[in-house]
Amino acid sequence: MTILLQTKGLSKRFGGLTALNNIDLALESCVILGLIGPNGAGKTTLFNCLTGVYPIDGGDIIFGNRSIRGLKSHVTTSLGIARTFQNIRLFGNMTALENILVGQHCRMKAGVWGAIAMNRSTLKEEKKAFGKADELLNFVGLNDQGDTLAKNLPYGDQRRLEIARALAVKPRLLLLDEPTAGMNPRETAELTGFIEQIRTELELSILLIEHDMRVVMGISDRVTVLDYGVKIAEGSPEEVRKNPKVIEAYLGRLGTMMGKRAVTA
Amino acid sequence: MSYLLNPQVIIDQIINGLTIGGIYALIALGYTLVYGILFMINFAHGEIFMFGSFGGFAALTYFVNSGFSDTHPGLSIVAAFLAAMVVSAILGALLERIAYRPLRNAPRLAPLISAIGASIFLQNVMMLIIKARMQVYPDIIQEEFLEFGWFSISYFQLFIISGSVLLMVGLYLFIQKTKTGKAMRAVAEDRDAASLMGIDVNRIILITFVIGSALAAAAGVMVGIYYTQIDHMMGFIPGIKAFTAAVLGGIGNVPGAMLGGYFLGLAEAFGVLFMPAEYKDVIAFGLLVLVLIFRPSGILGEVVSERA
Repeated sequence: MTILLQTKGLSKRFGGLTALNNIDLALESCVILGLIGPNGAGKTTLFNCLTGVYPIDGGDIIFGNRSIRGLKSHVTTSLGIARTFQNIRLFGNMTALENILVGQHCRMKAGVWGAIAMNRSTLKEEKKAFGKADELLNFVGLNDQGDTLAKNLPYGDQRRLEIARALAVKPRLLLLDEPTAGMNPRETAELTGFIEQIRTELELSILLIEHDMRVVMGISDRVTVLDYGVKIAEGSPEEVRKNPKVIEAYLGRLGTMMGKRAVTA
Repeated sequence: MSYLLNPQVIIDQIINGLTIGGIYALIALGYTLVYGILFMINFAHGEIFMFGSFGGFAALTYFVNSGFSDTHPGLSIVAAFLAAMVVSAILGALLERIAYRPLRNAPRLAPLISAIGASIFLQNVMMLIIKARMQVYPDIIQEEFLEFGWFSISYFQLFIISGSVLLMVGLYLFIQKTKTGKAMRAVAEDRDAASLMGIDVNRIILITFVIGSALAAAAGVMVGIYYTQIDHMMGFIPGIKAFTAAVLGGIGNVPGAMLGGYFLGLAEAFGVLFMPAEYKDVIAFGLLVLVLIFRPSGILGEVVSERA
């Protein structure tokens, strides 16, 4: 399998605080990598570094076969990295359909002049974009919600719409930041199945931050554990679950001493 | 005050109000577009309007001197508008690039002061170019009236009213329907999320300045044609009044700026029926004070959200 994303000694500091210290990651194509760790471990910071929101202080990020260190967010996005957010960040005053159309922005060619001239290629492209947006709405099961303002959608649908918007970018790598946060068990199960489906049908790699261990252990091919900005474990879900360092990070030393099984599936 | 009941006076004032209101609205859109995206008031916008007016002035003067306007009057007016819009668009883009972008992440007061500085700078640049005296706009449209039984409208007014409506409808469709328009709305709502959806935020901000400036330029040429005299200080009062209009409608809200512009224009037109015309400005700024006290979020009430 080819490696799609690789970080080499990635470091990020905020003043005196080292949020990420020497992180080495490798993610093959068509793989779901779970990223877990206690609060403040640096998971979202890692996402922000990968997508160019934060400049990194050390190391390098290789995507495909080029370094994306120091590139701006909209450039990393057009290279094929799309993401969702821990706290939903849809464009609330735009309709569901429009949100997806915005996601397609960097895949469309027409510019301001095309919009003013309204020439045939622009109109054709617009039409295609609308078709694609409809397709994506169907794919995430929001067929009849296209004209609803994003802020008026139920919470679970907003999460799905955010994923659809990210998919509109036509990513090769999808970063999901706690996609099931705030969902009830039924919604969570549905979404888990949906993430699997995205991977198999669209053949892309997924980097998944998730606190729900059933989700992470259930769908990840491999799991990486961060704690205080350091990678403390990596491996199959089974290996990670049994790793004493991971149990300690989640429950403290006491947990290990008492032999409790910290991360239960 | 029996003349207040005269329908002819009422209709005349409505026409006057819509004419000047359309001009205010076009300028106000520039304030509101920029505020919607950057949460900053571009106080140099009045000077962009002034430069546009002079751009149109230069073009029209050239057409008149070369005799082109005698053979093609319509074409020269369109060309003058385009020239004005190009001048202002370039100026707006430069202003954003030089005076505002370096301060994008500075405290909110910094770009405001930079804007005021740019405003004074631009006034003085124009004064150096044209000297401190009035310039007379070449008249191309004949000052003639269309009679409709009990009221009449001048060609100027008809031209300004329809021109401003046309531009505003165009802008509205652009923002609602086109890819770039959607990107503008996305950036206005959440700049970072928009960037992560592959939108080049700097480019969109630049386009916003260019569009706002081009609209102000159109208003500048209209003012030149309507009032026939322009000078380097002409941007100040219309700039502040258009800002008032934008606040009236709800700053950051595009239909609000249009509504605010017409509202202010009509208020001034009817205000002069009750008091001497010199008090016209009092009406505008009195309204601004009242709105700020009683409805700070404006007529269309965009919820003012303080973002970190």
